[in-house]
Amino acid sequence: MNASRYDCIVIGAGHNGLTCAAYLARAGRRVLVLEAAEQAGGTAGTREFAPGFRASSCAHLLHLMPGWLLEELRLARHGLRMAAENMPTFALSGAGALRIPTDVDSAAHDLGEADARAFRDYAARMRRLAAALRPLLEAVPPRLGSRAWRDRLTLLGLAAKLRLLGRADMRELLRIAGMCVQDLLDEHFQSPLLKGALAFDAVLGTNLGPRSPGSVFTLLYRLAAGSGAAASLAQPVGGLGALTAALAQAAKAAGAELRLAAPVARVIVTEDSAAGVLLGSGERLEAGCVVSSADPTTTFLRLLGAEHLDAGFVRRVSHLRTQGMTAKLHLALQSMPRFRALAGAEPTGRMVFASSLRAVEQAFNDAKYGRFSAAPLLEVIVPTAVDPGLAPAGRHVLSAVVQYAPYRIAGGWEGQREQFLDTILQTLEAHAPGLRDSVCAAELLTPQDIETQFRVSGGHWHHAELALDQFFMVRPVAGAAQYRAPVRGLFLCGAGCHPGGGVMGLAGRNAARQVLAQAA
Amino acid sequence: MLIETEPHYRQPLLRTPFHERMRAFSQVDSFIPWSGYSTVDVFSSVEQEYFAIRNGASLYDLTPMVKYRITGPDATRFLDRLVTRSVAKLRPGRVAYALWCDDDGLLIDDGTIFRLDAQEYRLCTGERQLDWLLDSSIGFDVGIDEVTAEIAALALQGPCSCWVLKALGLEGIETLAPFEHRSVKLPDRVAAAGAMAGTAMTVSRTGFTGDLGYELWVDPAQAECLWDGLMEAGQVRTLRPVGSRALNIARLEAGFVLPNVDFVSSAHTLRNGTARSPLELALGWCVDFGKGHFTGRRALLAEQGRPPRRRLVGLDIEGTKPAHNALLYGDHRGRREIGSVTSAAWSPTCKRNIALAMLDAPHFEVGRQVWAEIYLNRELTWERRMVRARVVERPFFAPARRRAMPPGDF
Amino acid sequence: MRVLAPWKRAGNGRRGGDPADVVVVGAGHNGLVAACFLARAGLKVQVLERNPYIGGAAVSRRLYDGFTYSNCSYVCSLLRTEIIRALDLPAHGLQIIPYEGGCTLMRNGGHLALYDNHDALRREIARHSRRDAEAYDRFARDMLRHCKFIKPLLLRAPPDPTSFKPGDLRELLYLGRHFGRGGEERMYETLRFWTLSCADLLDEYFESGIVKAHLAGSSIIGTALGPRSPGTAYVLLHHYMGSIDGTVGAWGFARGGMGAITQALAAALRASGGAIRCDAPVERILTRNGRAAGVVLASGEQIPAKLVVSNMDVRRTFLEAMDPAELPEEFVRRVRHFKIRGSSGKLNLALDGLPRFPAIPAGSPCVRGDLHVTDSIDMLERAYDDWKEGRWSQRPYLDILIPTQIDPTMAPAGKHYMSVFVQYCPYALADGPWTDEKRASFGRTVIDSIAEHSPGFRDLILHAEIRTPHDIEREVGLTEGNIFQGELTFDQLLFNRPIPGYAQYRSPIRGLYLCGSSTHPGGGVMGAPGANAATKILGDLRR
Repeated sequence: MNASRYDCIVIGAGHNGLTCAAYLARAGRRVLVLEAAEQAGGTAGTREFAPGFRASSCAHLLHLMPGWLLEELRLARHGLRMAAENMPTFALSGAGALRIPTDVDSAAHDLGEADARAFRDYAARMRRLAAALRPLLEAVPPRLGSRAWRDRLTLLGLAAKLRLLGRADMRELLRIAGMCVQDLLDEHFQSPLLKGALAFDAVLGTNLGPRSPGSVFTLLYRLAAGSGAAASLAQPVGGLGALTAALAQAAKAAGAELRLAAPVARVIVTEDSAAGVLLGSGERLEAGCVVSSADPTTTFLRLLGAEHLDAGFVRRVSHLRTQGMTAKLHLALQSMPRFRALAGAEPTGRMVFASSLRAVEQAFNDAKYGRFSAAPLLEVIVPTAVDPGLAPAGRHVLSAVVQYAPYRIAGGWEGQREQFLDTILQTLEAHAPGLRDSVCAAELLTPQDIETQFRVSGGHWHHAELALDQFFMVRPVAGAAQYRAPVRGLFLCGAGCHPGGGVMGLAGRNAARQVLAQAA
Repeated sequence: MLIETEPHYRQPLLRTPFHERMRAFSQVDSFIPWSGYSTVDVFSSVEQEYFAIRNGASLYDLTPMVKYRITGPDATRFLDRLVTRSVAKLRPGRVAYALWCDDDGLLIDDGTIFRLDAQEYRLCTGERQLDWLLDSSIGFDVGIDEVTAEIAALALQGPCSCWVLKALGLEGIETLAPFEHRSVKLPDRVAAAGAMAGTAMTVSRTGFTGDLGYELWVDPAQAECLWDGLMEAGQVRTLRPVGSRALNIARLEAGFVLPNVDFVSSAHTLRNGTARSPLELALGWCVDFGKGHFTGRRALLAEQGRPPRRRLVGLDIEGTKPAHNALLYGDHRGRREIGSVTSAAWSPTCKRNIALAMLDAPHFEVGRQVWAEIYLNRELTWERRMVRARVVERPFFAPARRRAMPPGDF
Repeated sequence: MRVLAPWKRAGNGRRGGDPADVVVVGAGHNGLVAACFLARAGLKVQVLERNPYIGGAAVSRRLYDGFTYSNCSYVCSLLRTEIIRALDLPAHGLQIIPYEGGCTLMRNGGHLALYDNHDALRREIARHSRRDAEAYDRFARDMLRHCKFIKPLLLRAPPDPTSFKPGDLRELLYLGRHFGRGGEERMYETLRFWTLSCADLLDEYFESGIVKAHLAGSSIIGTALGPRSPGTAYVLLHHYMGSIDGTVGAWGFARGGMGAITQALAAALRASGGAIRCDAPVERILTRNGRAAGVVLASGEQIPAKLVVSNMDVRRTFLEAMDPAELPEEFVRRVRHFKIRGSSGKLNLALDGLPRFPAIPAGSPCVRGDLHVTDSIDMLERAYDDWKEGRWSQRPYLDILIPTQIDPTMAPAGKHYMSVFVQYCPYALADGPWTDEKRASFGRTVIDSIAEHSPGFRDLILHAEIRTPHDIEREVGLTEGNIFQGELTFDQLLFNRPIPGYAQYRSPIRGLYLCGSSTHPGGGVMGAPGANAATKILGDLRR
């Protein structure tokens, strides 16, 4: 046997690639993970953006990864610790802060009586719907019209779960699944700030505004994914990179190898089967199968190549909507920022800057025509408030997810990045006077930066827009929704697959299942 | 460089550079549309035109044939991924009949590929394919341009066709082998006087008649001169222009399939199950599974692994009445429908009533007897007949002269 | 027991007897279709119309000397052939004449025309993009495939997916089979299609902005969404799924204006023994012991009936013509949340002559089709942004037709009637209520827009009727002036239309039915809601 021959080569050491590798290695496969960058983690890494200042690269909160996955892979044993769990969310406006209740029963004292009552009903129902949708996220999407018992069973199981919701909830789910979040929120609430903050959750990371049908779906998705998490809104010690480090540790402990700075140039195909990879260095590595956590466009059109695929399939891949809308801001601060609305309290929670539905929609308006939002929406955390190790003593880091920042911007991002940074800083300054003067370094990652730095074509956090037309049986495209590429022995395990991104790890786990099923 | 005399909303059909010449020959004023051009269905009499193809020499206006210029470093790889047979094996100077399928291995269209150079090809098809070609080119460094209007084309077919070309002054044309093409110079006495246009012409030994024949590809500015030169050169060999109807009989005798007649392009079907695969059309010889991946390969491999469900066959039908659109049955009472006729004609050369038909398994085996339901018009009194038919080998007519080297004079 | 759809059975004529078996509230096309089928089944039917004329939103009005306006709906395609045939509407005077193609006019003087002839169309599109000229065939094929999927569903009541009743299960099974018939790949295509935005859909086919803009028009007509909003691909299909004489997607004129449809329906109804009363506004739907018992007119007159069928939209029926206290609380809440948004305006113009459009080449037949004024998807989207902010679009999308080029009956010879459909125009303006000045100003915006493309246009105008959503609500009775009696978004389609659990034309009150466009399959002068409601009613009566 060839010494350099592996059972599986996993391309990309992001959370999905590593999760997949860990499961494959645990099942006894000889696994090699290849990462192009100098460090593992991908978009779920921690980066030093200024000397001594570190921040989570893209995602900065952990709230979607299933608790059982953390346990199965024994991530705690492999070094994962939480600096904060169940972090509260504050909706900030010029007028004040509104603490968004996380729990159905938690006192929603900031809300008026009517909204508080409405929120209880709303949250309880959304929680039930999310729980019913949860198995959908964990399932390998079935093929329609298939006679295979596994596909039929999956479909029947999902239908049964829907039925078990009971008539009222099932009707509500079928009604709101395709609705726009603005209509749903208007049906329930009065408070503009509450509606703005809830709408923010729905549109975060998407190309949608609150009036766009389908935005309830993205909200349900987030809730369904979060419903299985060990804790809501957690921050690992050391940033999200600590999670991927633990995953890498888990994979290695199970016998997987990890090679860094080893970018893959091509997937090698012989006899219509993936047989290994060719590295950028020219080195060939053989394997029984190849699993790619790269985005579908990269995997199919760059690593595999259109010549190994049917033209209709390539056409579908080329229609994938992969352009990101979300930017990431990292600020190195001299001192702890003080948010006026928090009245002096330390910013240990998640702060959302989306003052109303109209504000969210108007921010989206700009993006529709290829401009960044003049009044951007922000999700801000100060990670050093709970994890001081991320910055030199006494200094702080502010990490913000910024919506909307179109991938393609009129006039190009060069030269406009500074303008956008200035716009965001203005917004922050308005809420935290003095913050601007405290900034000693800033890094703004636009979708184009995310594309080049993390090799995600389009720079989309979910690799491909998360929308009903790119979900489940048609994610990423029909013909590859079961994690299998049309070429035998090539699998996908990235966020472009079902159920999508968001540091969940399910795509990696499901792909591993498919790889193992194929071999069996 | 075709002259547009009328805007498209008044005159949707374009005219080929041969239009005026053909109009002069047309006795029955029977024109039909083909790929956006107006072409001749019948000049005077289908029978006489047919015998020009099989006995003397015939001219058919091929200009509406859609032509694409395919160039670039990936041109060969692109075409090999597009069509089912090997293009890499095609040498410059050669022509190949080729098919292309969708992902499900269902036929989109057929056509001919001319290899002009290492990185340059011409693809000729009956219908426009730009949408599919461009989508197929994603990931390939290849340029695709439609050049239909830039090239006028004539099919010169029939046992005397080589003689006519020699009479035109094309020396050495007899050395051109079947499925070869060659660039020649249009003789000075034929070429347009003082024309700015080049006098180069491409001659290919190809055709749609199953007989000895050539196809001539020329700058539109030279089109009328070429026509006149040919007509003059071929006069003593009764060269005459022919329309689509006569050609259709010849192609049926040769056993060639016609899109939208014998199969419907999978790019047009609305219903599930109406498109056909090359294997079903008995064109498996055009599918090269060994050459690497092409669109539809996986589906066709899977199909090949299953027992065939239906196949296109040749039929020899009793009687003289062509079985147009006839339903076919396994028994003479018409209880079990097993297929239908796609093309039918009385073959004036074979003196047989022939047809192409799609038959379900197992009836497509050569030698099987089936029944065709034919409606006879007896002076407006219609009669239904169940007629015996036998599955036979194709082609129905394949004269040795079609491949003879060098070709004879008649 | 299976009930034969009413258009499949022969009418068995009129039946005597006193108080009406059925009162139909509203003489719009759906009310009349339902009334016709019920009368033909032998019920005694009384249609009540609040206006002095019948027709609802399918009317021909003489508002200016010698001119006939189709002043609400203005073109016809979706009216189901099954209904036309079953009710023998041509015998009652209905003639539908297709028009050819259409055209989009751009501000830069460019245009894109659509022609019936395939080769002319290809060459026309090729002026803008050669690739799009061919991609159009793929687009048309895919739209036809989607039509093929949806067409059989139009004349069926949607099943309740939460129900275990044999009828619902059988219908669900039918849906599943029907869905599966296209094969695996098309099932995925269908799944994707339903939630796509029109802009994303068109991006999968076309590169030319004008081609996309032309086709996108149909995706926003009557809809409070922009072409980039998910779900608008379906609205586009909704305008494609009609047909005239077998040509799917073709649109045409009813000879004599859209009122010809309702006039023919009224004649068919009278022939079957049904009665229509105009100037009879229904004030309240009467109930007795939880059952519909008849209606009370504004005059106080009571009209008892065993069944009440409402052609009014769901909000008007349950919130205005009934006391919400009589209805389940949850149901009323759902009705209040049903989205009926006014987003369209209309201008009806009497013209002294045929307007000139220099962009359209002389002799082109496209001028007899629908003329759109737009430039790009972005321009349509911006027009929507205006609506969101509570103002009419500063650069509105216009769908202009001059039916008098084809229909000789609607204007004196040499003069023309022009129908201008305007998207978007809000029901409620951000800067206060609609006034006469604001209406005039809205009209000016539209006329200026047309005049940009037609020099001397203003001088041709003999009379203009300007209709805001507010006017449409006031005159026709459509809530907020929404032309579909409810948004065609997927939370309001199929089994969700109008209210989940009440998608089968019934209501919480026994004997009270809905038959308007608020119900499946929605608006567009289809007649299907009326016919489907009649089927349900006859089924419930075991007729």
